[in-house]
Amino acid sequence: MSAFLSQFINLLAAILLLLAFAMLSQRRILSLIHLFTLQGATLAVSTAVVGYATAQPHLYFSAVLTLLLKVILIPLLLHRVIDRLNVRWDLETLINIPTTQLAGIVLVMFAFYLAQPIAQISATIARGTLGIALASVLLSFMMMITRSKAVPQVIGFLAMENGLFFAATAATYGMPMVVELGIALDVLVGILILGVFLFHIREQFDSLDIRHLEKLKED
Amino acid sequence: MNAPGLFSQLLEVLIALALAPLLTGWVNQCRAWLLNKSAPPLTQPYRKLHKLFHKELVLAEHASSLYRAVPYLVFGCMALACAIIPTLSTDLPLSPAADAVALVGLFALARVFQSLAAMDVGTAFGTLGARREMLIGFLAEPALLMVLFSASLLSRSTSLTTLVDLFAHRELAIYPSLAFAGVAFTLVSLAENARIPVDNPATHLELTMVHEALLLEYSGRHLALLEWAASLKLFAYSCAGLALFFPWGIADARTPQAMLLALPLLAAKLTLGGALLALLETASAKMRIFRVPEFLGSAFLLAVIGMLVNILLGV
Amino acid sequence: MPLDCILSAVAAWLLIGIAGVAALRRLTLVAHLLFPLGGLAALLLAAGAAWALTQPPQTVVLPLGLPTLPFHFRLDSLSAFFLLVLGATAAGVSVFAAGYFRRGEGTPPGLLCLEYHLFLASMALVLLADDAYAFMVMWETMALSSFFLVIANHRLGEIRRAGYLYLLMAHLGAIAILLCFGVLQANTGNYTFDNLRAQQLGPFAASLAFLLAVVGFGAKGGLLPLHVWLPEAHPAAPSPVSALLSGVMLKTAVYGLVRVTFDLLHTPLWWWGALLLALGLASALMGVVFAAVQVDMKRLLAYSSMENLGLIFAGLGLAALFAAYDMRPMAALALTAALYHAASHATFKSLLFVATGAVLHATHERSLGKLGGLIRFMPWVAWITLLGTLASAGLPPLGGFVSEWLLLQSFLFAPGLPNGFLNMLVPVVAALIALVAALAGYTMVKFFGVIFLGQPREEKLAQARDAGWWERAGMLWLGGLCLLLGLFPAQVLLITNAVTRPLVGAALNTAGHDWLLVPVSLERASYGPVLFLLGAAACVAATFLLVRWRYHGRLSRVPPWDCGHPDLTARMQDTAEGFGQPIRQIFEPFFRMERELPSAFDAAPRYRVSVSDPLWHFLYLPLARAVEALARLVGRLQQGRIAVYLLYSFLTLIAVLLVVRR
Repeated sequence: MSAFLSQFINLLAAILLLLAFAMLSQRRILSLIHLFTLQGATLAVSTAVVGYATAQPHLYFSAVLTLLLKVILIPLLLHRVIDRLNVRWDLETLINIPTTQLAGIVLVMFAFYLAQPIAQISATIARGTLGIALASVLLSFMMMITRSKAVPQVIGFLAMENGLFFAATAATYGMPMVVELGIALDVLVGILILGVFLFHIREQFDSLDIRHLEKLKED
Repeated sequence: MNAPGLFSQLLEVLIALALAPLLTGWVNQCRAWLLNKSAPPLTQPYRKLHKLFHKELVLAEHASSLYRAVPYLVFGCMALACAIIPTLSTDLPLSPAADAVALVGLFALARVFQSLAAMDVGTAFGTLGARREMLIGFLAEPALLMVLFSASLLSRSTSLTTLVDLFAHRELAIYPSLAFAGVAFTLVSLAENARIPVDNPATHLELTMVHEALLLEYSGRHLALLEWAASLKLFAYSCAGLALFFPWGIADARTPQAMLLALPLLAAKLTLGGALLALLETASAKMRIFRVPEFLGSAFLLAVIGMLVNILLGV
Repeated sequence: MPLDCILSAVAAWLLIGIAGVAALRRLTLVAHLLFPLGGLAALLLAAGAAWALTQPPQTVVLPLGLPTLPFHFRLDSLSAFFLLVLGATAAGVSVFAAGYFRRGEGTPPGLLCLEYHLFLASMALVLLADDAYAFMVMWETMALSSFFLVIANHRLGEIRRAGYLYLLMAHLGAIAILLCFGVLQANTGNYTFDNLRAQQLGPFAASLAFLLAVVGFGAKGGLLPLHVWLPEAHPAAPSPVSALLSGVMLKTAVYGLVRVTFDLLHTPLWWWGALLLALGLASALMGVVFAAVQVDMKRLLAYSSMENLGLIFAGLGLAALFAAYDMRPMAALALTAALYHAASHATFKSLLFVATGAVLHATHERSLGKLGGLIRFMPWVAWITLLGTLASAGLPPLGGFVSEWLLLQSFLFAPGLPNGFLNMLVPVVAALIALVAALAGYTMVKFFGVIFLGQPREEKLAQARDAGWWERAGMLWLGGLCLLLGLFPAQVLLITNAVTRPLVGAALNTAGHDWLLVPVSLERASYGPVLFLLGAAACVAATFLLVRWRYHGRLSRVPPWDCGHPDLTARMQDTAEGFGQPIRQIFEPFFRMERELPSAFDAAPRYRVSVSDPLWHFLYLPLARAVEALARLVGRLQQGRIAVYLLYSFLTLIAVLLVVRR
């Protein structure tokens, strides 16, 4: 495999992290969905490139799957959800954005620190990508924590899955097809359930603020 | 110091002086098109400079000598910045005098002088502009430094000549850390050149202006120099960005003839860059001043992540 | 002999001090003869120190002090470097002081003269001391003489309070230093530095000694949790004394830490460097953020000193880190950056402090909110201060920029460290340093702009007169030093190289580049301030001449544009509080703020905001309360009856006898 391809995968990994970071500091739901779509597209391209570089045709298939699911289907669903719920605007976050960003930097450092020994012994295409994938997973997780509304949390969950998927393809050349299909289905079912869940929250509380869920606990 | 070096040095400064207003004019034209307005001619900035130079100088009655010196100082700083950045050739006699860090220092020097001058007359708007300018400056400056540093980590050098030589004359390689640096650099340049979303170059609405508030009391030849200096700054930033991220075509020290080829290439790159800048500006809305720290904080942190990625990946 | 030169300068200072007591209340004599003589002695000291840099170390044993414990003095390149800084700075400050002290301000002039010169002499001897005993005696003399100088205006309660806090912190530090020497001598009972150097301590004892040194010298140098005295004591002292406190005395802390870490202890451990780096950065950030919101000009400068010392300590930390991994050229680079910053801070901060003195004398106003527009009444002071301001803001082509440049360069080489975790921290640390430098620029624009530019905020400012010739001469000297340090870094490197070579075993490259600063190689980085200045000057001059030649020079003066608002007053300018507002908002978690907002219907609305140090509330006050509680507990022993006290003595005697018997 050429050095150029591995550099290209590294670049895609960096873009993935960049998008995860951008999502962390984004207030608007609409922009969040756009960023998520971009992330899905990056993921599809990187999967295809890994497939080409390692001559594993089944990765092409999962690239196409990613494209269909994460670039077209889920964003469409999300757009419909926010249209129906009428929540397209700025949302306040639980922790202010600069603090979140600083915490994000610490997370990135932590992830890189964890991944460094692996990067040194690993022999796969792009050695450093595991750290980046880990960092994107942590950043998405963090995004879920800091948002008070349900829709950004769903997007955070999906972005986290993107990070995991990237780790699986770039660091270990993909999982068996069955597992991948299973995960894809899981995500789809997950988003449907979450969609239903969202509508129910709104029916119940007339708002999507998940802080209302605190009222559900028994005293 | 050799003759071709001296020649390319002089040529660079002269070209920067000549082209900078043209770039501003081009961006304004593109913006007008995008906003569906009838565009001013490309030479409008030159006409404005000419008009201002001929007008009588009107000074506030208690303006000090510092106030009168600042337009020349700021203009000199920007001209020097254009001389340092390798735009056409990397063989510049002045380039060992200042590396990337000194370049940032030079911009900071100009900013400090301009803010001090704005405070000198002692009107409310001048001091307000100075405060906001310094606020933007202290956030943008470290971000810019970090952008240059992530490039420096790749080349193990802060010398701009070495940086450009490395990127331009080696086999094609993709540097992921530069992706972060590129985004951060774009954000910083928007803020530093008083563009939307941080500042609006076309506004004279007192409460929202930053850069215009600094110039509020200036007139005549002083204003002309400061306007020209602002154009030079935009030119310098564009050239620095091109040199870092798209360095192909810059002549290296051994082939001075290549400068002839470098000039049209530079013009093409600047045309494209200016159009892109206009597009970016029309696509975004001006933000509140206290969103600016967030905006520039992101740039700063992105540059830092770029450096982290560089250390992790080793490229 | 250089050492004789220096010792005679010190002796001259002591004699001048004694002469001051003899002429206790004769102001003219003291001010216009003794202080300039002190300045001459400082020049002699600086000359001796410069000479010593080219010579091998010299030692002398003076039969002073206790009969069996004579004072050992040694002049090596490290001492010589700091003596050079002391001498060069003190010369300017002494000349300024000749015109500064006026009649009727607290302590009589003769006594001030004694304290001032004793302070200078003790600082010089601290730098020369070659055994722990002499070091501690001189260290305490320095602390006491500066304490008396700080409380020169002792009739004011707040000044007495500041002095008390200063003395307290100085003694806490001194105890730590004493313990540090105790650990270093490793039970040999011999406290000469030669013996301390010869001891090979285990990692535990060495780390203990290092930590004690950090506490001791950190307390003197304003390192993070121990900085509280600094913003209190500096504004309280008369301005020339503040200049010495900030410009020179804080550097003795740097000297002490370098001496212990790089000379007495041999190879640092990596976490020492990391700790020092972290503490230094934290103090730098804290200092600059607090400096940006101050409204008192001397407090602003005091916090800025904390920032600069933080940067110096960070440089030392980085040097220790490199030295721990045996990367000697890099260690030399970081150490040079720290030393360079120490030298340039000494010059520009002394200049700024004496400038505040000149402003204070002309206006009797320390609060930034009541100054403004002084550049028209005090052009000399304003223009020289501008030099110091630019240097302090870390802008080229002045001294402050060179040291920040060197520091950033040394970070650029840090990714070679064989430790993944530290490598990750490097970008973050470099970013913080850049942020601190940029914030320093903000602070300095506020400092200069609010004092010297704009319109006078009070009527009486129009009566301000420019400083006298003595003061101008002193300021010119200090401003010239700022400029020299900025323009000739390659020549200054010759001096710092003499220091780093024996300490870390490497030095920076200076060969072949007289006008360029090239620490490693031309491809890596270079900076040529003279070329830079010439380039800028050529651009400025060409523009000026072209504009003059091509266009007319007509000019008319009118009132400033009032934006349609009819009566523009000076009170509409940004105040110092206003200038600090963005910083207060962005760095809110750093501060403890108390706001008092008027209601919308107030007839006479008042707005008040006070910013204080959260550490004071979370660390010092609880500590003070704990000490007080403990003292009350001990206080129960006090009964007021003689018989009980006799009983205590009796019991003590019995206990001592028992111990002796064993």
